Amino acid sequence: MAKYLLRALALIYLLFLLVIPVGLIAWRTFGDGLGPVVEALTSDEALHAIKLTLTIAAWAVVGNTIFGVGTAVLLVRHDFPGKRLLNALIDLPLAVSPVIAGLALILVYGKFAPVGGWLEQRGIQVIFSIPGMVLATIFVSLPLVVRAVAPVLEELGVEQEQAAQTLGATGWQTFRRITIPGIRWALAYGVVLCMARALGEYGALAVVSGRIVGETQTLTLFVEDRFQNFDQPAAFAAATLLALIAIVTLLLTKLLRPKGND
Amino acid sequence: MAIEVRDVNKSFGTTPVLRDVSVDIASGSLTALLGPSGGGKSTLLRIIAGLEQPDTGTVVISGVDATRLAPQRRNVGFVFQHYAAFKHLSVFRNVAFGLEVRKRPRAEVRRRVRELLELVHLEQMADRYPAQLSGGQRQRMALARALAVEPQVLLLDEPFGALDAQVRKELRTWLRRLHDEVHVTTVFVTHDQEEAMDVADEIVVLANGEVVQVGSPDEIYDNPANPFVMSFLGPVTRLGEYLVRPHDIDASVTPQPGATAAVVTRIVRLGFEVRIEMRIDDREVWAQLTRGTADSLGIAPGDTVYLRPSPHAKLLATAA
Repeated sequence: MAKYLLRALALIYLLFLLVIPVGLIAWRTFGDGLGPVVEALTSDEALHAIKLTLTIAAWAVVGNTIFGVGTAVLLVRHDFPGKRLLNALIDLPLAVSPVIAGLALILVYGKFAPVGGWLEQRGIQVIFSIPGMVLATIFVSLPLVVRAVAPVLEELGVEQEQAAQTLGATGWQTFRRITIPGIRWALAYGVVLCMARALGEYGALAVVSGRIVGETQTLTLFVEDRFQNFDQPAAFAAATLLALIAIVTLLLTKLLRPKGND
Repeated sequence: MAIEVRDVNKSFGTTPVLRDVSVDIASGSLTALLGPSGGGKSTLLRIIAGLEQPDTGTVVISGVDATRLAPQRRNVGFVFQHYAAFKHLSVFRNVAFGLEVRKRPRAEVRRRVRELLELVHLEQMADRYPAQLSGGQRQRMALARALAVEPQVLLLDEPFGALDAQVRKELRTWLRRLHDEVHVTTVFVTHDQEEAMDVADEIVVLANGEVVQVGSPDEIYDNPANPFVMSFLGPVTRLGEYLVRPHDIDASVTPQPGATAAVVTRIVRLGFEVRIEMRIDDREVWAQLTRGTADSLGIAPGDTVYLRPSPHAKLLATAA
């Protein structure tokens, strides 16, 4: 009896928090057929927001993949003073609110901050521009690749790498031919997670982007902007698009996860 | 000399693992580094391969000082206890690895890998993955992989340690035969004295980070340098103030000059061999006799026998 009660409770919880809200978005989106959806998503502003979101996510994924694999190798394969500090710092973005991350970036890279001013003189605008948005997105998705890769690297051990070395492989050959294939599933998992996080980021971007329509407006900012301006069809259409992307990435992670240990 | 190790010291933290170790390994020989676990033998092997750095001392391989040379430039083959198979590559690609990173022509790689797979009897397994092989097959693959780059020296770290007894014995014989065919200078680490005596031409006994004795299996068995080596290499028992091999004890039912009286406590028949357990005062002693000798004595538990070392027995004064 208790079992059924718990089951019902869990289902009701999910129903009211997840299924009904997301379902209603889809319902509202497609309520008037596909025409308005296509129209809403092909407006100049919407197309720009989609393109910008993908561009920023791509850069964040590239940055965090390189940083993530490098840091995981550093943490797992090397001993150095400050290792524990580095290990703790990596998780900081998970604990800090993205809004704070955005503000912190403005303090460093803003027009009137030393670093930001120096860059500004050389014609590089960071805040209220794409570089700042990429930085903010990298910040919030920083731990994902490291944390996906590090445990698998640990489990992989050093013997295969040492075997490769004794067979004459250089450091790079060993990395490319032995280490990367050994962590490929974990890496793919981390990349997908990072991608999902980057596509859905709102808070940090709201602060650093300046929300300039048609310039620094990403898909999440677009949804909020349309909603505030009573353009509900566009808001719902974009929201559904984001939800669809999220579901696809979720499915991808499910596909990738069980293979993590082969 | 294929390998000359001179005055090598190595500590992990504050624990010394190797102390002033010097070893010469002759070209074309098959040498065992034998010793109890924690004796430093694996560390010595890894230092030869370049996988560890000695704190002091030098390693010379084929006349070249290799002490500071990276592992990939030493031209040694290394076989790990747990195979270190490249799990994402087929058997063929595993064996081809060393040749591929050297950018050898494709046709040459294919020919060489085929040869090696034949040598280790894995030609049928070329397209399988390591996960589909048994432990013994994986280790043979690892051997072929190490041999593929034609190393000057082949190093094996407890190569049969992870295998069950039956496969172990087979691979032992097989390694011996392989060495006779390929003639590459080979050093393997083992804690199993029987394995060392069965396979090696030369045994280096290492204990507590020091070389205790070097010699052929017969020399070390017959003339152990100290009680430790004697008891590590084979069974020993204590007769008076001496250590002696149980098969080097003569027993008689009548008093003999120089013989010690002992009371039989138990007789164990192990097929051809008979084990006689006795007491001298309060100390246990045992002798290993052939069935014929034991039967001709006609003894039973409670009887008194007179023991003395046989004429050619090796005796070592006990440390105490």
